[in-house]
Amino acid sequence: MRVNDVKDLKAIADGYIAEQGKYEHTIYVCGGGGCISSKCQDTKDFVNSYIKELGLTDKVNVVFTGCMGTCAMGPVVLVEPERVYYVHVTPERAKEIIDRQIVNGEIIEEYTFFDKNLGKHIPHIDDIPFFAEQVQIVLNKCGKIPFDSIEAYISKGGFTAAAKAFGMTQQQIIDEITASGLRGRGGAGFPTGIKWSAGMKAQGDRKCIVCNADEGDPGAFMDRSAIEGDPFCLIEGMMIGGYAIGAHNGYVYCRAEYPVAVERFNKALDIAREWGLLGKNILGSGFDFDIELRIGAGAFVCGEETALMNSIQGERGEPRQKPPFPFESGLFGCPTIINNVETYYNIAEIINRGADWFAQYGVGKSKGTKVFALAGDVVNTGIVEVPMGMSLRKLIFEIGGGITNGMKFKAAQMGGPSGGCITEKNLDTSVDYESLTALGAIMGSGGLIVMGENTCMVDTARFFMQFIQDESCGKCTPCRIGTKRMLEILERITRGKGTLEDLDTLEELSHVIKDTAMCGLGQTAPNPVLSTLANFRDEYVAHIVDKTCPAHVCSALAHYYIVPEKCKGCTLCARNCPAQCISGKVKEPHVIDQDKCIKCGSCMANCKFGAIIKK
Amino acid sequence: MSELAKKPSAAGIEEQANYEKLANVIDLYSGKEGCLIQVLHAAQEIFGYLPYEVQKYVADNMGFSVSYVSSVSSFYSFFSTTPRTKHEVRVCLGTACYVKGGKLLIEKLQELLGIGVGEATADNVFSIHVTRCVGACGLAPVVVVDDEVFKQVKPGDIAGILEQYRGK
Repeated sequence: MRVNDVKDLKAIADGYIAEQGKYEHTIYVCGGGGCISSKCQDTKDFVNSYIKELGLTDKVNVVFTGCMGTCAMGPVVLVEPERVYYVHVTPERAKEIIDRQIVNGEIIEEYTFFDKNLGKHIPHIDDIPFFAEQVQIVLNKCGKIPFDSIEAYISKGGFTAAAKAFGMTQQQIIDEITASGLRGRGGAGFPTGIKWSAGMKAQGDRKCIVCNADEGDPGAFMDRSAIEGDPFCLIEGMMIGGYAIGAHNGYVYCRAEYPVAVERFNKALDIAREWGLLGKNILGSGFDFDIELRIGAGAFVCGEETALMNSIQGERGEPRQKPPFPFESGLFGCPTIINNVETYYNIAEIINRGADWFAQYGVGKSKGTKVFALAGDVVNTGIVEVPMGMSLRKLIFEIGGGITNGMKFKAAQMGGPSGGCITEKNLDTSVDYESLTALGAIMGSGGLIVMGENTCMVDTARFFMQFIQDESCGKCTPCRIGTKRMLEILERITRGKGTLEDLDTLEELSHVIKDTAMCGLGQTAPNPVLSTLANFRDEYVAHIVDKTCPAHVCSALAHYYIVPEKCKGCTLCARNCPAQCISGKVKEPHVIDQDKCIKCGSCMANCKFGAIIKK
Repeated sequence: MSELAKKPSAAGIEEQANYEKLANVIDLYSGKEGCLIQVLHAAQEIFGYLPYEVQKYVADNMGFSVSYVSSVSSFYSFFSTTPRTKHEVRVCLGTACYVKGGKLLIEKLQELLGIGVGEATADNVFSIHVTRCVGACGLAPVVVVDDEVFKQVKPGDIAGILEQYRGK
């Protein structure tokens, strides 16, 4: 079927809504990345076949959606119209839910979301703080519709923004985006309206619009969830962008580590073409537009815009010298505008609801919402979208549910290898571009790793530097060699062989690399080191002067001891010690010879009485 | 089949079929700009890895020099010039997995398989790799065997995971 105009869109939406209205119940099974790893496919298949077996296919609708957000609790299931949210739904639990709730109208409370802060199950999704405190613009359809149905997308107002945009001039669209205050969600926060305006004014026979879906920051999985859960919204956002700047070719560059996103987006492209929503004369506007998906091949530097364009061109993903900027000469030498996935997901809503509506959310120069991937030592790991300006404390402790295992909060790492950490004393900081930058962290693309007291910050800095060393493309000297030297120093410190002068050298190297590296990867690479040095200098000093790792992470600095009161003399540790440094008689407390110990930890892993401690 | 398919003469029947598949892929992309990486992805899918002969075939049929194709394939960590093992075990060392103990999983794997990262077992069944974030941070730490993701893995789980694949 081909969609020719707004009337067609309306008819499709009405038809879909009427169709859905026939069912008494709808069971939404989450098909997000986290739930797939928890085998939600089995749950979905079971629900489908069991509903059929019970002869309820006319009454119960089963919908496979994108990510609902609580990734550690998968597979998750939402039952409408009661809006009961079930977690860890194995096929066995699914059977019980269908038998008891769908058939008998009874809510099984012990299978619903458990809020650790409140210490109780909360059956209704709207009462759960994790969901209730969110404002969803980017994710407003993700997890709520079947990701592969264009009718479902249209029923939620899909493509009406594109239709409205086609009735506007290019300048009007750009004015609206500018007025909304939308800024690039990839991390740097460049105003989208200004970027598009440059794209529109650029001269060229052919222009390109590109989506950066190379979500490379370790700890970030927002873009993946958005594409997997609501792929048509990216198509619409890019289409409006293409129309605004005068580009007919769109490219999405997605990392190869996301095969599900690749598969679902490719399918969405095929469907959109089939329905005439990509291709020639879209919605009767006379505007031609199509999108091609290009897949990366495992290089972090390709998240940098100029490297990304080289990679789309099939070349080595090395960055280009700027200027010329992409809007002057980008992909295949054409004027090119490149935005992050999340940025595009805001476009349709801004066009439909207006700049003022969008700007009511947020604070200062940071408007709208931000999607975060919560991970690390936090109770509710997953995807959340909050208005800019929310405090980190609220984000981590109310929505995130606090720190796991009753640990104390130590730091929140934002912005991955380009970012920094926020400590306890700054937890009330508002989450917006300016406030975070002032603290030496960055908004980043949205990865938010929460670290408890058992994380060593020196080791964390070493981890990021190792990552940068692995991923540095080697084109410029400061990044290739400078980060290598920084890594060597950090490794030395974590082995207890560092000196206090090393800290000065680290700072000096950091500033030189920031000033002289060619691209964003190198220029921001020293940030984790500078940030941990500023906030946790005492931990560095402890490694260097006291030769201890306060968090007991750095194995070279750890010491294993046997607590005599707990040791039963079972000899298991001594028999498993590869260095044969544990001695003692049967049924008498054993002792570790610290000079011979190689700190492998096998004694601790084998002890059945918890008698071995690490200090 | 396209005239592109000039197979190396020594190729066996199965290999010939693979080269035909590759020729079709190159054909498919012939009208599009800058498709070398996409073709290399397909080639690796077909052959399992990218030996010199395959890279040369791609170069000859797409109008590149072999050194250029090699410069691109060697830049990206996804492309391999050595045959794959039957099963690839990838331990995620993204930030979330690292904080949650991914390093201990690598140590356990090395101990159980007796090989280092990037190495293969003598029977060519397992190899250990480090991967940087598969976007399953909510389930950290994760281990990926072939395409299957194992969540919240503890060092004690590793032996059981390997056992599932040993006979497969």
